[in-house]
Amino acid sequence: MAATLRADATAKLGMETRSVTSVGVWRWLGSAVLIAVAIVLPFTLSKYHVFQLTQVMIYAIAVLGLNILTGYNGQISLGHGGFFAAGAYTAAILMHRYGVPYWATLVPAALVCFVLGVLFGLPALRFEGPYLALVTLAMAVAMPQLLKYFDTWTGGQQGITLVKPTPPPELGLDRDRWLYFFVLVVLLVAMRLAANLLNGRTGRAFVAIRDHPIAAAAMGINTARYKTLAFGTSTLFTGVAGALAAIVIGFVAPESFTLFLSLSFLIGSAVGGLATIGGAIIGGFFIEFVPNFANDISDAAPWAIYGLTMLLFMYVMPRGVIGTIGPWLAHTMQRFGSARRAAK
Amino acid sequence: MHQLLQQIFSGLAAGAVYASLALALVMIYRATDLVNFAQGDMAMFSTYIAWTLVNAGLPFWAAFVITLAVSFVGGMLIERIVIRPVENAPILTAVVVTIGLLLIFNATAGWIYSYTLQEFPSPFPDRPLFGALMTTRDVGVIAVTLVMLVALFCFFRFTATGLAMRAAAQNPESARLCGVRVGRMLALGWGFAAAIGAVAGIMVAPVLFLDPNMMAGVLLYAFTAALLGGITSPVGAVVGGLIVGVTENLVGTYLIASQLKLTVALILIILVLVLKPNGLFGTAVVRRV
Repeated sequence: MAATLRADATAKLGMETRSVTSVGVWRWLGSAVLIAVAIVLPFTLSKYHVFQLTQVMIYAIAVLGLNILTGYNGQISLGHGGFFAAGAYTAAILMHRYGVPYWATLVPAALVCFVLGVLFGLPALRFEGPYLALVTLAMAVAMPQLLKYFDTWTGGQQGITLVKPTPPPELGLDRDRWLYFFVLVVLLVAMRLAANLLNGRTGRAFVAIRDHPIAAAAMGINTARYKTLAFGTSTLFTGVAGALAAIVIGFVAPESFTLFLSLSFLIGSAVGGLATIGGAIIGGFFIEFVPNFANDISDAAPWAIYGLTMLLFMYVMPRGVIGTIGPWLAHTMQRFGSARRAAK
Repeated sequence: MHQLLQQIFSGLAAGAVYASLALALVMIYRATDLVNFAQGDMAMFSTYIAWTLVNAGLPFWAAFVITLAVSFVGGMLIERIVIRPVENAPILTAVVVTIGLLLIFNATAGWIYSYTLQEFPSPFPDRPLFGALMTTRDVGVIAVTLVMLVALFCFFRFTATGLAMRAAAQNPESARLCGVRVGRMLALGWGFAAAIGAVAGIMVAPVLFLDPNMMAGVLLYAFTAALLGGITSPVGAVVGGLIVGVTENLVGTYLIASQLKLTVALILIILVLVLKPNGLFGTAVVRRV
């Protein structure tokens, strides 16, 4: 009895390892194709479209940050636009006042936003669910005011205009394409880092805290430390995205960082899939392109469509595009793989 | 001294508005355990309805009553259609859904009425009273809020429906066993909240001028008020609203530049949540594991 059970279990396990590797191969292939497309694409598109894709990737990094906090750790933030602004202003002030080269501003922006996130996350430990949403909402609403108030640093209402970076001459790329590749590299690094973090011990701790904080604590997870860490990492990613936005657009002003920016991130996150890494890219596309199309209908249409999409996704596809399609895709690949082995 | 009293009275008038909106938030929180981020924009939309009616030539108070009725029905419909499907969903879903509602109301108002500022008629003349200590408008706003509070109190205290609504909010299972139509009561709660919000919107519109983003700041103060008073307590919402109104006015006048007023709300929210998370009158939530 016991022996058959064990044999059964090993058979099952064997099956699973085989299928997992086949899914793994498919995933690698898929990523490789996507990266190849991402490298070729800018040479086939107009400058303006390349710029738009760069924006998509920037939003994707910001949404990725929000996914870590909200999707994996279950802490709701309606104020990530504020951290995006912090990253953007850190980069802008470093470049404008201190003449720091643009590529060197990413690390300081990341550090500043990590520290801000941890500082914000510490009192946030005591807030659950809607309360944290409230505090972060308040921050998002107050952000433009604060930026205007400290005008010796932020340039007040006028903001800061930056010199756009020049591409290294030996590459022979124009500015928009160079910035595209610069952001692409940052995005790939960010996704890799996020995957390493979330698929390991830390990620499991994040998810455990999201699903059942008390059980997680009982299993020896230091909930306070991991929640603060989730906040810090999340704002770090979003801050880097903000810095990239400042570099690529070459301009920062308080009115670009309103509550609606924070809500855009939340929508992007919900559309792509909250607890996914790849979903962030779909979120980025959504944030960049949907307002463009909707603007043709009316000034107010983008937000109406945003709102309707949010409701629709929550009712029909609460796990977002990637969260819904991903498991289905993996399942199909698995069946495809085992069918092929059976044929052999 | 005179200026201080003046500031306190105008703070009380602003506070009465915050108190109304906070009360609406508390009603929804008690009924459906959910923070309604769309409350401010629902109120703004109601105010636009009132504005349309007044512009169509109706007398102010007739427009006021019709708006309240429309908002009441609208609130009930929102509960039935939008909120009911996510009643037992995780908090995140509920938050995202109310944010979705916020965007829809905001954008629809912008679409129909455009984003330009509109003047909203005040039902009360703006005359100084008691040696310019306060204005008739302030007194009017406070009076309307008081009347509404007394009416609500009487409704919940002395009518069978009010009792059933309290029962449904406090213990849905037992209420259902006693024959209370819990679902209907929750919808009523949303209806009341929408109507109360409409009062707040109409009272504040003559001061702030009407535009689709009018209520963003007011909503923030209302949240602060609700948290300060304890988000489960209607009395707390009112007291919290008045305290926040006066604090905002005094701090804005004497301590810091008025362009940082919203930051004051942020700091107040954080202080309340850190120092007294259940607020002044709220009850601690005990969760069974």
